[in-house]
Amino acid sequence: MLKLVKSLSIAALVSLTVLGNAQASGDAIELKEVDWEHGGIFGTYDRAAAQRGLQVYREVCSGCHSLKLVAFRSLADLGFNEDEIKAIAAQSDYSDGPDKDGEMFDRPGKPSDKFPSPFANEQAARASNGGALPPDLSLLVKAREDGDDYVYSVLTGFEEAPAGFTVPEGMHYNAYFPGHNIAMPPPLSADAVEYSDGTPATVEQMAHDVTVFMTWAAEPKMEVRKSMGLKVILFLLILAAIFYAVKRKVWADLH
Amino acid sequence: MSFEPKNSAVKWVEDRLPITGMLHHALYEYPTPKNLSYWWTFGSLAGVMLVVQIVTGVVLAMHYTPHVDMAFNSVEHIMRDVNYGWLLRYMHANGASMFFIVVYLHIFRGLYYGSYKAPRELLWWLGLVIFLLMMATAFMGYVLPWGQMSFWGATVITNLFSAIPVVGESIVNWLWGGFAVGNPTLNRFFSLHYLLPFIIVGVVILHIWSLHTSGSNNPTGLDLKDKQDSIPFHPYYTVKDLFGLAIFLIFFSAFLFYAPNYLGHPDNYLPANPLVTPAHIVPEWYFLPFYAILRAVPDKLGGVMLMFGAIAVLFALPWLDKSRVRSARYRPIFKQLFWVFVADCVLLTYIGGKPPEGAFIIWGRIATIYYFFHLLILLPVVGLLEKPKPLPASISEDVLSKKPVVEEAANA
Repeated sequence: MLKLVKSLSIAALVSLTVLGNAQASGDAIELKEVDWEHGGIFGTYDRAAAQRGLQVYREVCSGCHSLKLVAFRSLADLGFNEDEIKAIAAQSDYSDGPDKDGEMFDRPGKPSDKFPSPFANEQAARASNGGALPPDLSLLVKAREDGDDYVYSVLTGFEEAPAGFTVPEGMHYNAYFPGHNIAMPPPLSADAVEYSDGTPATVEQMAHDVTVFMTWAAEPKMEVRKSMGLKVILFLLILAAIFYAVKRKVWADLH
Repeated sequence: MSFEPKNSAVKWVEDRLPITGMLHHALYEYPTPKNLSYWWTFGSLAGVMLVVQIVTGVVLAMHYTPHVDMAFNSVEHIMRDVNYGWLLRYMHANGASMFFIVVYLHIFRGLYYGSYKAPRELLWWLGLVIFLLMMATAFMGYVLPWGQMSFWGATVITNLFSAIPVVGESIVNWLWGGFAVGNPTLNRFFSLHYLLPFIIVGVVILHIWSLHTSGSNNPTGLDLKDKQDSIPFHPYYTVKDLFGLAIFLIFFSAFLFYAPNYLGHPDNYLPANPLVTPAHIVPEWYFLPFYAILRAVPDKLGGVMLMFGAIAVLFALPWLDKSRVRSARYRPIFKQLFWVFVADCVLLTYIGGKPPEGAFIIWGRIATIYYFFHLLILLPVVGLLEKPKPLPASISEDVLSKKPVVEEAANA
């Protein structure tokens, strides 16, 4: 009887959970599932893709989207050397100061600077984008459910609105954006950038690359985290085995 | 058994402040029932988690800025620039969940084996006080990163106090330190989030003091009768708890290193914005059963009272449960009802995470009614009507009666 009650309640819970999830995914949009190199227990960032993604960000996205939390120096994670980082940073000007005369001055960027923002403030950003605010990209991948699949899906999800769906003035139809009306015009078109490594710049390729870059920007310590986790868990497994053996021995003399 | 220091320096201190003897008594010779199962590990695991939270929290506070304009970025500074800051923050955030997991298991173990019954009523109360303090601490801690869920969670929960008649609005403004959740709110939450864990430490000491006065309960629910029934805490339970700790840390590590954001909400990676309300405001998972109870009532004040009542009723448990037998092992009907109650709590957790619409509302109400029905009606009635199974004469007899079965099973 007890077993019956237990298994019944477990069955009820499992079915509820499954039903609930099915229902949830019923109204949610099914995202494209990409087999990311950074996924899984051993996953690491695809350096080449992330470097190409940086190029896509700089040449396409950065016109509207800031990346406020990422410093140039952290690009070392993606395999850029010091000179390359200095060169990338120096391409933007930063207002600094005041100097000894009390004046502000412009200087080229340094590796310790964060990526420059395209707009001075939120109002300026909205004014240039028909009232919409282009979100900062530093944490976007972590701020969405299945963020990497989501970003990839949205970037490749611009299409004709289905018959009967009205897209308001200034909006664009996107198959994966919640509500399907997105203020961002399709940002990527074939050959929008020219990759120096010769990779063909298809929309899918650029979306993939910039998503890898954004995933790294949101979680730059992922690789060290995963590799530390492996060592910690292996250590704990051995420790647990030792404690278990000691426990058996200590308890053996007990009657 | 008394403590006789051999080292002269220890003896010198002991003669003036008998702290070593006290610790020796509490952690070494403390006579413990010999039959404790692994369900008795969760108390010490909760203690370990409290220490983990305090240590990581103190270091995080060295790098965190409690200001509405800087809090969010200071957390990202910890994640990106502070050496092993990501580790500290993920340990602390997931550690809160782990703390609640072990405490919930600890509470359900107490419910199953009747650990709240005389003479352990105060021990049970102190445990509930710790639980309440933990909830307050965790709630305020979740506000500190100042993300969207931080801000809106704080807004929803503090607004509950506005349900109080007449003075509700004034109380809410007093809690906020203004007319909305803002910088004064963040500052006081940080201050209290730092303070409360040390108060928890104090109550934990009382909890252990009370435990060591009445002694640990055990799977039979019987009292210790003679020397045969008990073993010293060290080395038997220190080593057993250490093994349990190692296994638990593997579980903790799986979340910490491979799914550090699984138990959090993605919206909390968006900076707090008072002008944009998230589609669904959900508290952290460990509050979901209470959130479900809150939303089960169509009236705000009623919901708030029922939610607090859900915990308040637990204080009355030692008197609601009329059975003289402690352990569910010898209470056939109670045992089944216990598992139904567990299922009901899991159902409440699930409902609490779902939007309040359609079937979820109905199920939330059924589960809420059952929660109180179990505690207020079933427990007293079953305690009076149920015929318990025969109890073993002592803990030793119970342990010895099981030994041959284990050996046979091993030989088979």
